[in-house]
Amino acid sequence: MSADRTNPPLRPTAQVHFGIFFQGVNHHTVWSDPRAGSQTDFLSFRRLIETAERGLFDAFFLGEGLRLRETNGRLHDLDVVGRPDAVTQLAALAAVTRHIGLVATQNTTYNDPADLARRLASLDVLSGGRAAWNVVTTDNAWTGANFRRGGHLDHADRYHRAADFLTAARAVWDSFADDAVAPAADAAGDAWARPGGIAPVAVDGRTLSSHVTPTVPRSRQGHPVIFQAGDSPTGRTFAAENADVIFSAHGSDLDDALAFARDIRRRTVAAGRPADDVKIFPGTSFVLGATEAEAREKAQWLVHEQISHATALSVISHIWGEDLSHLDADGPLPDHDPDVPELSSTRGSGAGRSDAITLARNLRARADERGLSIREAVIAADRRQGFVGTPDAVADTLVEFVRSGAVDGFNISPWLVPDGLDDVVDLLVPALQERGAYRTAYEGTTLREHLGLREPLTRRGRQQGARPDARLDAAAVGA
Amino acid sequence: MSQRPLVVAVELDGHGSHPAAWRASAERPGAVFDPAVLRRTALAAENGGFAFVTFDDALTTTQATASPGSVAGRLDAVVRSAFLAPLTARVGLAPRVDPRGVEPFHLAAQLASLDIASLGRGAWVVGDADQPHLADAVDRVVPESAVDRRREVADVVAAVRRLWDSWEDDAVIKDVSTGRYIDRDRVHDVEVSTPTFSITGASITPRPPQGQLVVVAPDTVLDPAAADVTLVGGADVAAVVARAQAARAAGATRVLAEIEVLLDADVATGERLAALDAHASWAASDALRFIGSAPGLLALLEQLTDAVDGVRLHPAVLSADLPVLTRSVLPRLVAAGLVRLPRAGDTLRDTLDLPRPASVFTRKDAA
Repeated sequence: MSADRTNPPLRPTAQVHFGIFFQGVNHHTVWSDPRAGSQTDFLSFRRLIETAERGLFDAFFLGEGLRLRETNGRLHDLDVVGRPDAVTQLAALAAVTRHIGLVATQNTTYNDPADLARRLASLDVLSGGRAAWNVVTTDNAWTGANFRRGGHLDHADRYHRAADFLTAARAVWDSFADDAVAPAADAAGDAWARPGGIAPVAVDGRTLSSHVTPTVPRSRQGHPVIFQAGDSPTGRTFAAENADVIFSAHGSDLDDALAFARDIRRRTVAAGRPADDVKIFPGTSFVLGATEAEAREKAQWLVHEQISHATALSVISHIWGEDLSHLDADGPLPDHDPDVPELSSTRGSGAGRSDAITLARNLRARADERGLSIREAVIAADRRQGFVGTPDAVADTLVEFVRSGAVDGFNISPWLVPDGLDDVVDLLVPALQERGAYRTAYEGTTLREHLGLREPLTRRGRQQGARPDARLDAAAVGA
Repeated sequence: MSQRPLVVAVELDGHGSHPAAWRASAERPGAVFDPAVLRRTALAAENGGFAFVTFDDALTTTQATASPGSVAGRLDAVVRSAFLAPLTARVGLAPRVDPRGVEPFHLAAQLASLDIASLGRGAWVVGDADQPHLADAVDRVVPESAVDRRREVADVVAAVRRLWDSWEDDAVIKDVSTGRYIDRDRVHDVEVSTPTFSITGASITPRPPQGQLVVVAPDTVLDPAAADVTLVGGADVAAVVARAQAARAAGATRVLAEIEVLLDADVATGERLAALDAHASWAASDALRFIGSAPGLLALLEQLTDAVDGVRLHPAVLSADLPVLTRSVLPRLVAAGLVRLPRAGDTLRDTLDLPRPASVFTRKDAA
């Protein structure tokens, strides 16, 4: 928040890291602008990831939603919707990139470990050790209606299943001994893989069991990197016990970010891990201008593009749980409380459960106090403003966030596809580099190296020299 | 019978179709995990003029991968195919996926994404291998009887096609005046219900460029009327011809003959086969098998042209037999006017002369 305030630099030489989060669905992506391209064409993804790699980003990140969003029982039609399967799309993008990490959001409730761990490992091997998995859970039967397993898990059980799932996935990834496969046919005796070189997986957890003989070896980074985004106490503990990176929602206010980081470090140490073992990457966005005034003006324009009259009415319809599309978005908010006390989770917002009555009253209180219309009240409540300013001013703020120990990097959602990263890479990255706070070349080849991570949790403390056979995943080919 | 050019496809999984192929390969045993080898092999097939390449796969151990002498490693076939999408421009990409082990909703999105990334060159080889430990791997009951397995395959294929259709082609409207990105009336819940699974909503992925990917399946696995391309085998030419005729009678759109090939290379076939068989015998599969010279294979293909629309070749050893096919077989088929090279910018349906299907939700007679 405040670049002018003093915060003791806990890590005076720490570097800012960037990832890009290609959201796919939300009202923050402006599709109506004449500069907006296709949200679905492969070339749009390729253009964005090539820009991110030019900007020396750590990772390219794809979201996931397993049922199309609805507002009051009908498909939500105002926002970008429709996206590729993450692992499949990242496999295609792996072929045209060399360094950048490839993060797939994938659900533990509606997948099988034997299948998902294998697909992630396949991506990891083909990309030369650049894959990551953002572990998400779902607890509603509405999404389950698209899957064999159907049904729903309660909030606690979904994390139990996620933990069991990760145990099984790691067993899949640990199955191949480093020297399992014969290095040459003439040295091979009878077998392509030496006896005992591939350990069958036999995991019987509380919520699932998985018995399979895997077919994929480890990549040069050992395991895919694990991302996690839970923010509840259970989610934070789960991340501290399991994740390499937290994709947090605490990256706009420095005090809030510091408090979150302290909490995560405490939980990480409690889980028996070094305090810096989990990296923190809040989601954010940038609006850059040549002057502060220009940047603020652009941000005002942007938020009005993002929250149209129709979107504002859709947002309040969601909160009030009734169709309010007949109202005038330039007029006042409804003066009654929502009938339904709780938002229907995931159907529209992706924001999880919230108290609808409190949300509505907060909106109304702010609107009454400042004389805001429906649309202006929705805009004022929009939390994802990100950083607005000149490249130099924003760079100073980001450096303070990282060097105070509040975050390790930022996961940037561009609001324009496919050109939305251009000014970040062309203006903000050089400003950070001038401050000695951003890499000027990739030093490693794997995502684990870009992020400065240790060995995978189940691979620590092994004998030296037990690295995966580098020949098994020769560097990914360029285009 | 066939006036169209002959379709020639090739299987590229592992080191080749002979179980000892990995011993004779010019590539090291672990090359099945090497992206550079994958790219090189696929480009060789594309430059050689094949219509599409297929990648065998299975989620769990099968009879073919269980024996100690065989290759026990492979990467997921959809992931391999997607990796090749931006590296190739003309050849079709056809991963094998067996329906019993998948979530149909995920599979539809994965294959649609392959088609989008390849600009319409995606296909799906439907299989149903015996996988004795499949239920233990996926932690649920899977259909086991022959009847149940056949019904499950048909149900998953139908569900996946319906998911591909769930977005009409023009569902994204970007209507700035009303603020609507999609026309919600052109995106449809699929409402699929079968004895083993049900799916309510529309796909998360818009309709793929080909409308529906090309569905390729053996006549033993899927009713020919439910496939776009039916694969038939047989112990000899007469058996293949009879199977092809039966498939056509059952409503097949295109029929390809499955042929395993071991060709004279630097070393003659007799010596090559003896060296391979010394390590592991090449058990008979359902495919026709050809062992001999390139001209001999050409003669066989000409013999089959009246009965089938094309062939899928299974090279015994990829590093030895694929170069013979691309140097001495495909060019002669092209020169003889029997094969037409795929063109850049064509979809796989274009290459196979298959129509692009209308979405079931826009056809007047059904929904």
